[in-house]
Amino acid sequence: MINLVIDNKKIQAEEGSTILKAAQSNGIEIPTLCYHDEITASGSCRLCSVEITKGERTRIVTSCIYQVEKGLIVNTQSKRVLNVRRLVLQLLMARCPESEVIRELAEKMGVKPQPRFKPDEDKGTCILCRQCVEVCEEVVGVSAIGFSYRGADKAVGTPFVEPSRACIGCGACAYVCPTGHIKMGESESGKERFIWDKTFKMVACKVCGRYFAPQEQLEYISKKTGVPLSKLYTCVNCR
Amino acid sequence: MAKMDSLLTKMKEKGMKSLSPSKTKITVGMATCGIASGAELVYNALADEIEKQKLDIILSKAGCIGMCYREPLVDVIEPNRPRLTYSKVTPKNVIAILNQITEGKSKDKKPYCRIDEEDLIINEEKIRYLTGALPDDIKAIPLMKEIDFYKKQIKIATRNCGFINPGNIDEYIARGGYFSLQKVLSNMEPGKVIEEVEGSGLRGRGGGGFSTGFKWRSCRNATGEIKYVICNGDEGDPGAYMDRSIMEGDPHSVIEGMIIGAYAIGAHEGYIYVRDEYPLAVKALTLAISQAKEYGFLGKDIFKSGFSFDINISKGAGAFVCGESTALMASLEGKAGEPRAKYIHTIEHGLWDRPSNLNNVETWANVPVIISRGREWFSKIGYKKSTGTKVFSLVGNVKNIGLIEIPMGTTLKEIIYDIGGGIPKGEKFKAVQTGGPSGGCIPKELIDLPVDFDELTKVGSMMGSGGMIIMDETICMVDVARYFEEFLEGESCGKCVPCREGVRRMREILDDICKGNSKEGDVELLEDMSQAIIDGSLCALGGSAPNPVLSTIKYFRDEYNAHIREKKCPAGVCTEITRSD
Repeated sequence: MINLVIDNKKIQAEEGSTILKAAQSNGIEIPTLCYHDEITASGSCRLCSVEITKGERTRIVTSCIYQVEKGLIVNTQSKRVLNVRRLVLQLLMARCPESEVIRELAEKMGVKPQPRFKPDEDKGTCILCRQCVEVCEEVVGVSAIGFSYRGADKAVGTPFVEPSRACIGCGACAYVCPTGHIKMGESESGKERFIWDKTFKMVACKVCGRYFAPQEQLEYISKKTGVPLSKLYTCVNCR
Repeated sequence: MAKMDSLLTKMKEKGMKSLSPSKTKITVGMATCGIASGAELVYNALADEIEKQKLDIILSKAGCIGMCYREPLVDVIEPNRPRLTYSKVTPKNVIAILNQITEGKSKDKKPYCRIDEEDLIINEEKIRYLTGALPDDIKAIPLMKEIDFYKKQIKIATRNCGFINPGNIDEYIARGGYFSLQKVLSNMEPGKVIEEVEGSGLRGRGGGGFSTGFKWRSCRNATGEIKYVICNGDEGDPGAYMDRSIMEGDPHSVIEGMIIGAYAIGAHEGYIYVRDEYPLAVKALTLAISQAKEYGFLGKDIFKSGFSFDINISKGAGAFVCGESTALMASLEGKAGEPRAKYIHTIEHGLWDRPSNLNNVETWANVPVIISRGREWFSKIGYKKSTGTKVFSLVGNVKNIGLIEIPMGTTLKEIIYDIGGGIPKGEKFKAVQTGGPSGGCIPKELIDLPVDFDELTKVGSMMGSGGMIIMDETICMVDVARYFEEFLEGESCGKCVPCREGVRRMREILDDICKGNSKEGDVELLEDMSQAIIDGSLCALGGSAPNPVLSTIKYFRDEYNAHIREKKCPAGVCTEITRSD
């Protein structure tokens, strides 16, 4: 166990755990946007930034990645940290003016929009938190979506913005997207699902008849787990 | 090592004959800078005329000797005579230059400078060009080492640039090349090599200034059987071409440095990451690697030392951010060039999660000389905690534009006026920009500052990789800040919010200021944003992006005020406001 101090509170944390995890386990709240328990932390939103002092050196680091160290002194609310969080939220509000999620988060944290940042009109509500791409790669394992371009033009999508052969239509990306930017639609009958410009034929449950998953997704699960496809034609509720 | 001894001795002799042959040799400076000035036309004209007149003259190529402001440069080496350098040569001068050789008199084209003899810095051996008395027709030609541009220079990293054909490994050997490797393999334990480099005080020449020896030691001690040494050849600062010149003009200096470093660290595989926009450097390095392999300096069980090592070249794909070490390694692995947090060092978990030692081109090029001359000698050159020399690209509004290598501690004033010759066209000095997009502008009040890793940082700039842009009063400092933010906006990888979104918002505000659309409070807003961007960015691209803005606000606030309050551009650059006058 590692002894450190977070916001003047003496904390004990397991070796290898991040400052974020140590804080959360001890009731200390640190805001996050791009963090997800099931994927590798990317440290891209910078909202979870904290100020750490180690010996003589003080610096700002992201708590989602920085691992606890003996004798570390952490301040989750220092002036420098609050300034970083304020700027991040102002920048995101300007990038995604339509996003309720971002606006509410900013309001909750007492951050007002910066009038000198001209709002974008072409980014939708994508804040480039990377969770969709990471989930598709690490949790689902098909890597159907990725990033194109760089800088502010960076965009999430399928290679060459074409329907992807790798996409199994599972919708994990849409599920995990914090701002609802990724659109997944269904036909009125439920027989079809649309996501990333691809149409998926949905399978009806053998028992209840509800259309519950794309054929490709069940085939993929069968391939990955070895469970025969026929066994997968029953929906989760009916199993 | 007997085989290595005899190979080196044999090739040194061969190289010497190639450097100073028994018949006349003409060398044309054919680095990118030379070619851009027209050197290829001169080379072809010489080749044609030599053939036409059936002259028994050897025509060769060399890299960048540094005097870019006088290019195209042509060196004539006649046996027993001083080496003569002709400058600003055009195809029209070819006949005159050849006449001087065949008829023995300089007619229409006078040589710019001469060299009677050279002291090789790596081994203190002499190369004598002139034997006997100085011929009368040459007496008026100044010695290269005495002209202002070269007087204060000490060429360690660029010791061979302009003096060898980079495609000729024997010439590299003749000037002391690969003897340091021999010394290391036959006589020095890896620990001793690290001691020498550490004791020399060599610090990363890419701008980071981290102790090279300490890095090597840490990598050697890191856990893991497989380790890598990497050369960062992704030089990206606008105006900087130090690494390009070394890679093009003396690729073996980098290779030899890397073999020595790999031996010290215990790495058996090396990578040179070269930006895609340097095709000549890639060509030169590729050829040099194959030659080194042929001679046995690379490969398995090098000269039966038990040490094996190979180098691969990897090309960039047009991203400034790939000069950042973790982004470079991601790119080497075939992934998108995006940096990652450096809380866990690449020394322990770098390329493919293995211990990796990354050094800049110029850093590697220093290594053979440190091994040969020793750490005491090297550490005596320089200033305080910055030992040795630094290569700078002196560009912009300065008379003597070129590549210089000077001891750390030389002042900005010496560089701009003594070496650089001052400001041309009767203009006045305004500022010097150092450190590229990560650096800042220094006004005339501070030009007595010595240049090293630490002094410039104290005043809000940094020495950086060596790009030094001189600016006169026709330059608008707000426009300079805008330029750098625009550059960084285009190069941001886009991973983290503060850089991806913050830098472009700064650029937008600067655009507004330059166009007369600014608001009172814009400067304060830029300052406020800057601190958050510095603190919040994931890597040093974003982390240092506000520097050009902050340093111009600090030293040229009145220019910002004029743009914002009076809608005027004092330098007359911002056309949208100047025009409205």
